Amino acid sequence: MVIIEILGVAHAGMCMRQISLREVNVSEITSVVKRLCIDANIYLDKDVVEKIEESVEKEDSPIGREILGQILANARMAAEEQMPMCQDTGVAVVLVELGQDVHVSGGDLNKAINEGVRQGYRDGYLRKSMVDDPVFDRKNTQDNTPAVIHIEIVPGDAVKITLAPKGAGSENMSEVRMMKPADGIEGIKDFVVDRVRRSGGMPCPPIVVGVGVGGNFEQCAYLSKKALLRPLNLKNPDPRLNALEEELLLRINRLGIGPLGLGGRTTALAVQILTMPCHIASMPVAVNLQCHAQRHKTATI
Amino acid sequence: MTKEVLLRTPLNEEENAKLEAGFKVLLSGKIYTARDAAHKRLAQLIKEGKSLPFDPRGQVIYYVGPTPEKPGRIVGSAGPTTSGRMDPYTPTLLDAGVKGTIGKGQRSREVIDAIIRNKAVYFAATGGAAVLIAKSIRNSKLVAYDDLGPEAIRELVIENFPCIVAIDSRGRNLYEEGVKKYQIP
Repeated sequence: MVIIEILGVAHAGMCMRQISLREVNVSEITSVVKRLCIDANIYLDKDVVEKIEESVEKEDSPIGREILGQILANARMAAEEQMPMCQDTGVAVVLVELGQDVHVSGGDLNKAINEGVRQGYRDGYLRKSMVDDPVFDRKNTQDNTPAVIHIEIVPGDAVKITLAPKGAGSENMSEVRMMKPADGIEGIKDFVVDRVRRSGGMPCPPIVVGVGVGGNFEQCAYLSKKALLRPLNLKNPDPRLNALEEELLLRINRLGIGPLGLGGRTTALAVQILTMPCHIASMPVAVNLQCHAQRHKTATI
Repeated sequence: MTKEVLLRTPLNEEENAKLEAGFKVLLSGKIYTARDAAHKRLAQLIKEGKSLPFDPRGQVIYYVGPTPEKPGRIVGSAGPTTSGRMDPYTPTLLDAGVKGTIGKGQRSREVIDAIIRNKAVYFAATGGAAVLIAKSIRNSKLVAYDDLGPEAIRELVIENFPCIVAIDSRGRNLYEEGVKKYQIP
């Protein structure tokens, strides 16, 4: 605990106020990020496993059932063998909720996060997939840094860190469209379903479809990424959005794409939508596709 | 019922002709790994009339960039990557004698034409089933392009590697047939 005394000038003259800050050393952040990188890549969350198990029962295609069975067996083997479930251990996407009553001490927060990624990808035998100089030389940075880091300042004195490693197969099939308000709900639905249809087997279905609506160009993309963080066994708290999600899921699973795109009923496990206000003249919509290796791990310091 | 076939590399046109889109295959023998950067180099060598780091005739190329192997292990996690990125180079390699490719996702019209022309076959492996697939890999040897790291060319010895015939030597395409069969208008 750090006590900071702030000198302020009040109407009546000088006064002294005390506020308390919780101190979190960067070394703690590094070690948490390291552990999350390794755990997220090895252990498939229970909510995802359960959704895939449910889908096996509903899958009509024998090849589809075979593939879903392989995915479930693979998840078990990854945990047993302590190996990453997928060889594409992804870009390390790090979402930080930093309490405003926290003082990060001992160094640079961004550097500490990247150091955690470096150590996690090295000691976890994870694949290093980041290239520097993307336009020209595309040279591997050799340690999977830099991470993609999103920091939000929130009330409180905790630091919540979520690691969401993301492979290129599904990320490459994601899209932002600046739609017109006149495109309406039907426009959003058609865009989301068409984005999944055009992706076919590329994003490794069964997928989770993250949708962001509102904000602006960059904000809706971030919303669609955050929409993927909702556990698959939780419904959207907004009943209208929940109904929209269910309708989209039904339409997507009628496309016939199926597991790995080889035909079947199980194209998506869930559609998850997040919205925020936007400009009167805009309706930004982002679709972030997520492969069946839905990898997220969270820790709170 | 899905038909299951045991198959051994190298492949030949007669054996390939017996494989139909939708067959489940357990593949054994030697295969070669290559991804984007290695393909670029291989296609360039062919263009220049130079020899390749391995004799391509009858061989199978697996599109994979494994995770680093832990000490004492043969290979790390090793599932397929998206095949479409290799499409610009694949016809050149098939014309040079490669008889099979393994990856995930659809192929271009040009690749399908080259598969038919060369009586080759395209196998789909389960994307993301990287530990399960790694269990069928019995040996791994660096062949070329160590500088490419996970994208280097390796010779793998596999035993009962699980895959599915996605595009057969006549051009039948499970990515189209399967989707048509299960789509609900």
